[in-house]
Amino acid sequence: MRAAVAPALGALGFVLFWQVAVWLRVADPVLLPAPAEAFRDTWQAFAGGTLAHDTWRTVQRTALSFAIATAIGVPLGVALGAQERLYRGVEFVVDFFRSTPASALFPLFLILFGPGEGTKVAVAAFGAALVILFNAAYGVINARRTRVLAARVMGASSARILRDVLVWEAMPQILVGMRAGVSLALVIVVVAEMFIGSTDGLGHRVINAQMLFESGLMYGAIFVAGALGYGLNLLFLMAEKRFVHWAGR
Amino acid sequence: MRLPPREAAINIRGLRKAFSGQPVYSGFDLDVRRGDILAIFGPNGCGKSTLINMAAGLLARDGGEILYDGREVGEVRIGYVFQNYREALFPWRRAADNVRYPLRLQGLPRAAAEARLEALAAMFRVRFDLNRYPYELSGGQQQLVSIMRALAVEPEVLFLDEPFSALDFETTLSLRALLQQVLKELRVTTILVSHDLEESIVLADRLLMLTRRPTTVAADVPVPLPWPRGTEVLSHPDFVAIKARCLSVFEQAVAA
Ligand SMILES: Nc1ncnc2c1ncn2[C@@H]1O[C@H](COP(=O)(O)OP(=O)(O)OP(=O)(O)O)[C@@H](O)[C@H]1O
Ligand SMILES: [Mg+2]
Repeated sequence: MRAAVAPALGALGFVLFWQVAVWLRVADPVLLPAPAEAFRDTWQAFAGGTLAHDTWRTVQRTALSFAIATAIGVPLGVALGAQERLYRGVEFVVDFFRSTPASALFPLFLILFGPGEGTKVAVAAFGAALVILFNAAYGVINARRTRVLAARVMGASSARILRDVLVWEAMPQILVGMRAGVSLALVIVVVAEMFIGSTDGLGHRVINAQMLFESGLMYGAIFVAGALGYGLNLLFLMAEKRFVHWAGR
Repeated sequence: MRLPPREAAINIRGLRKAFSGQPVYSGFDLDVRRGDILAIFGPNGCGKSTLINMAAGLLARDGGEILYDGREVGEVRIGYVFQNYREALFPWRRAADNVRYPLRLQGLPRAAAEARLEALAAMFRVRFDLNRYPYELSGGQQQLVSIMRALAVEPEVLFLDEPFSALDFETTLSLRALLQQVLKELRVTTILVSHDLEESIVLADRLLMLTRRPTTVAADVPVPLPWPRGTEVLSHPDFVAIKARCLSVFEQAVAA
């Protein structure tokens, strides 16, 4: 209970700051509506079903690209990490594309996947997969040597060591990678919804509201996107704590 | 000391090992008698861990042979207790599952594995909950779990690399007493690396003192004290004499 007090006060302070800015007329009321007004517009959009639908679509796309990224990134990362020399070979390429802004890849992916759903999900999955792969590989590479030796001296084969030791050793790092990956997937999906022929999604809603001067709704969509990112991060942090209870102990 | 083959558990001949051109062993011989506890005592970096890692098949050797009654290490059941129990136990498995793990690797049926686990727990008079995770146990309890895990498969040879060095004095004493009792009961051939001269003598049938690199044997000291050896052995005249002899060897050969 007490843990929630400070964040609540912080949020309250932010809304107050916003209200004061409106009172002082820092910006045109059309561009900066009062918090209550923005909240009302957002609520109406939610109740009317459009914003809820947009949120749902963004969640769907993020979840799909994240699932693809995990299904590719984790096994590939673990396999590459177990063959350190092989990983050193592809490390530069992984690092390079990991550092490339995913948005720069939209045109390329548009050619490959066409202007529909495919491109949005594919770019997001690509970006997230690299982050997940990189973390999984490093988790395996940095596995405690002693544990590997302990398993080997007990007679474990290389395959058993991979399954019984390396994957577990890498698990904390894999989950860190998944958390970073899901955040990145959300970012890429929202950007893609803005610029790649979309008819729904939070990114589409934000840019549409901006063009129609529905600034209350625009802020609402932004905050929903923010809440989504925050919630996903929190969810993964909680999963990490529960699932890799041994990490750092 | 040459042993007839039937009596020897381990024969090491002409062992060679160098790290980046710097030799650690250049033609090292050693025989260990079946059922003996051999303690190895030597200065930091003289190659004690290197020796038992090569013997346990964890480290490739440059030359020479290490045979277990004529067999290569791959055909022998080995137990190994690492110095750092924190990094050797699997923290994602409960203590009991850590002990079960080598049994599972061997494909032992479930019931037999449970029986073995119970026997080990009884032998070591375990009073803490084995269903806890390693990080929930004290250092001494964790190292005890490591020792149980190493002994689970009834190894023919057990290696212990400074198993007590991270534990406090009281824990060391009680763990030492348990260990010698179990090892003597099971008659496991054991190589114990230790930094503590007193501990090496108390726990060993034979003490090998090594020199600095390139490593040779400074002294090979039999320890014919009666078992079991409690704290009273520390004032036994034979113990005092052996310790004095070892100390003078140490001052001449090792510290020089
Ligand atoms: N992987 C390695 N690469 C290079 N040198 C090594 C390696 N492993 C060990 N050495 C060197 O070989 C020598 C013997 O090492 P080893 O760990 O066997 O010593 P030790 O007798 O166990 O020492 P300590 O008492 O500190 O545990 C040391 O000088 C060490 O620096
Ligand atoms: Mg050592």
